[in-house]
Amino acid sequence: MKNKLVKKEIIHPDNIYSPSIDKVGVEERVARFQSRSIKNESKLQGLKIALNMIDLTTLEGKDTPGKVKQMCYKALHLHDVHPNLPSVAAVCVYPSMVRIAKNEVKGTGVKVASVSTAFPSGQAPLDVKIRDTQFALDEGADEIDMVISRGKFLSGEYNFVFDEIAKIKETCGKARLKVILETGELATLDNVRKASDIAIYAGADFIKTSTGKIQPAATMQVTYTMLMAVKDYYDKTGIMIGMKPAGGISTSKLALHNLVMVKEILGNAWLTNEWFRFGASSLANDILMQIMKMETGVYQSSDYFSID
Amino acid sequence: MATKKKNTEHVSDWNYSPSLESTSHLNLKKRYDLFIDGKWVKPSSGVYFKTINPANEEILAEVAHGNQDDVDKAVKAARKAYTDVWSIMPPAERAKYIFRIARLMQERARELAVAETLDAGKTIRESRDIDVPLACNYFFYYAGWADKLEYAFPNRKVESLGVAGQIIPWNFPLLMAAWKIAPALATGNTVVLKPAETTPLTALILAEIIEESGLPAGVVNIVTGHGDTGAAIVNHPDIDKIAFTGSTNVGKIIQKALAGTSKKLTLELGGKSANIIFDDAPIDQAVEGIVNGIFFNQGHVCCAGSRLYVQESVADLVIQKLKSRMDSLYLGNPLDKNTDIGAINSKEQLETIHKYIKIGKQEGAEMYQPKCSIPTKGFYCAPTLFINVAQSSVIAQEEIFGPVLTIQTFRTVDEVIQKANNSPFGLAAGVWTDKGSRIFNLSSKLRAGVIWANTYNKFDPTSPFGGYKESGFGREGGLHGLNSYVKLS
Repeated sequence: MKNKLVKKEIIHPDNIYSPSIDKVGVEERVARFQSRSIKNESKLQGLKIALNMIDLTTLEGKDTPGKVKQMCYKALHLHDVHPNLPSVAAVCVYPSMVRIAKNEVKGTGVKVASVSTAFPSGQAPLDVKIRDTQFALDEGADEIDMVISRGKFLSGEYNFVFDEIAKIKETCGKARLKVILETGELATLDNVRKASDIAIYAGADFIKTSTGKIQPAATMQVTYTMLMAVKDYYDKTGIMIGMKPAGGISTSKLALHNLVMVKEILGNAWLTNEWFRFGASSLANDILMQIMKMETGVYQSSDYFSID
Repeated sequence: MATKKKNTEHVSDWNYSPSLESTSHLNLKKRYDLFIDGKWVKPSSGVYFKTINPANEEILAEVAHGNQDDVDKAVKAARKAYTDVWSIMPPAERAKYIFRIARLMQERARELAVAETLDAGKTIRESRDIDVPLACNYFFYYAGWADKLEYAFPNRKVESLGVAGQIIPWNFPLLMAAWKIAPALATGNTVVLKPAETTPLTALILAEIIEESGLPAGVVNIVTGHGDTGAAIVNHPDIDKIAFTGSTNVGKIIQKALAGTSKKLTLELGGKSANIIFDDAPIDQAVEGIVNGIFFNQGHVCCAGSRLYVQESVADLVIQKLKSRMDSLYLGNPLDKNTDIGAINSKEQLETIHKYIKIGKQEGAEMYQPKCSIPTKGFYCAPTLFINVAQSSVIAQEEIFGPVLTIQTFRTVDEVIQKANNSPFGLAAGVWTDKGSRIFNLSSKLRAGVIWANTYNKFDPTSPFGGYKESGFGREGGLHGLNSYVKLS
């Protein structure tokens, strides 16, 4: 298939049709995904795909160049005793750490994603958010993970939220923009769907569940709701949008359930790190442990997997 | 301006490896006799028939064909057990036996699930997660009622009826046995039950469980066979009550046969249930409900949501989403844990379904079936949609009992109520809307025994089930289900 450039039509958010969401129905649907049985070859392949979708993340007030460098090394050397492992998709850091991370992963294909727009609260004026984003880009960020203004969203100022995303998208230029909805603060799946639609129509390349600072984060129900928004947009426009559940996905099983969901809703085309990511810090080691178990037949102690 | 490119370079081809449920813990006998008076007895005719796995047409076991003499033996045993033991046993003691049966069923749940899947063609996901646990729950639920009947019917004297003759269908073999046996036992009746000829195995395993439970001999008798066996039960003079679940045609024959006798009767027959989607419905969950409504158990469900009504303003969207969802269903070996659509129960039923699909095409309806590979052996039918259907179309009027959905559009609430009620059947209906008031309005106006709001095909032992009009009479399940097995004075 040829790459096709599609001009995105800017749609006023008041005119976006967001279907209502029945939570009980969503829970039932999700339970069906969770009852899929992923065994043998498909399990091993799935685990490797998942590994390759991870945005290895450190977002702490106490982040230092040392910590970031170590994490970047891990990103490139997940488990060197195993020769055929993919690397992760990206490292995700604060803007102040972008240059350090960029130097570590330069030329490897691993991307540097930077959070921005006064992450995690987003409680800053727009010009500060634009500068925050511009700074991260100047430092070498390949991808921007912005947060939406949840306060404005919850007070019904959808146009404000829309315009803000559109502005940051403009600032991003070629860098891909992930829009964090912080679904744990949006409270209902109806809100999650509405926020997803606003973000997609305002220019998001990716929609992302959470900052990782608020619980609950990337529940299957929330990710399902967002994937349906991605699907509806694709069916309407032919344009693919990426999805990134972040926070709370720490086991291989959960990661595989997410892949099942992506496969059955959006199809195999989304099963690459160009369109699907996991924002996670401890997931990688659990996947590595499972892969080693599948290949050697025994579980190894967590001490055999490095913890950078 | 935002640009996005379609990514096709790194697409991974990720598919599920086969994940077959093990059959190693299932020990089917080569040949099953009749379970009469607590013993396994050979059929007096000496005739056995074969039961096959509809998923691959392999023979599973031989099963005895009970004739009139065998039914007579069973009824005599049931009468004796009723008079001598069961009707005079303290109710709390009765309850203990029923609880014990429920627990033994749970212990053998995996075995029952695999047997059900092999014999009926339904997916292991459904028999494991729905049929077997629900069947256990019906026994648990009715066991609880056994010593509380005076509270179920306050200020009334409650008596059991005597011997109940029960004839059950092939779509939920074990579950239907539970629906029939559990309330009958709880109220103090004894039972002669005939499972369907294509799916006798789980009822026979249930007989083994009943034997193991120490239930007094003759309280439950299982007589396998064909239509003539069922007729012998219906016409037996010493039976006090007939409970039948099956086709409307056979139901009519039974009702005629019982006319002028003192036998009580409950019938749970066919359906052509309306599933109604309003434009304010949670669309994606409604689409899921449509799929559960019609493709659950390959559409072999008396209350299947086989007549879909979609408000015209969202019809295109719903149909597009439904097609896309159908494309993601897995059809194949019912034993695979990832299979969504299993095998059609019998060759005969597959032919019936094909007949209706042909009629649908002849009537000019637009057909949609997802591309899926149909196994060469066994009986399978792809999930099927018919669009542009009218009330006058045969496929919208008659029960197909397969994975075939007809879609009609409507404009107003009154119109859809009228159309939904415009059917000789009245078993169930589904209503999908975000408006609570509309749900109450429709549930009072739709003439159907069960109305689901924003869900479909949900079953629970505490909830009564049964039909209006040609879908039958009498209720099974819940408090109402007790009513069918007691004499009140």
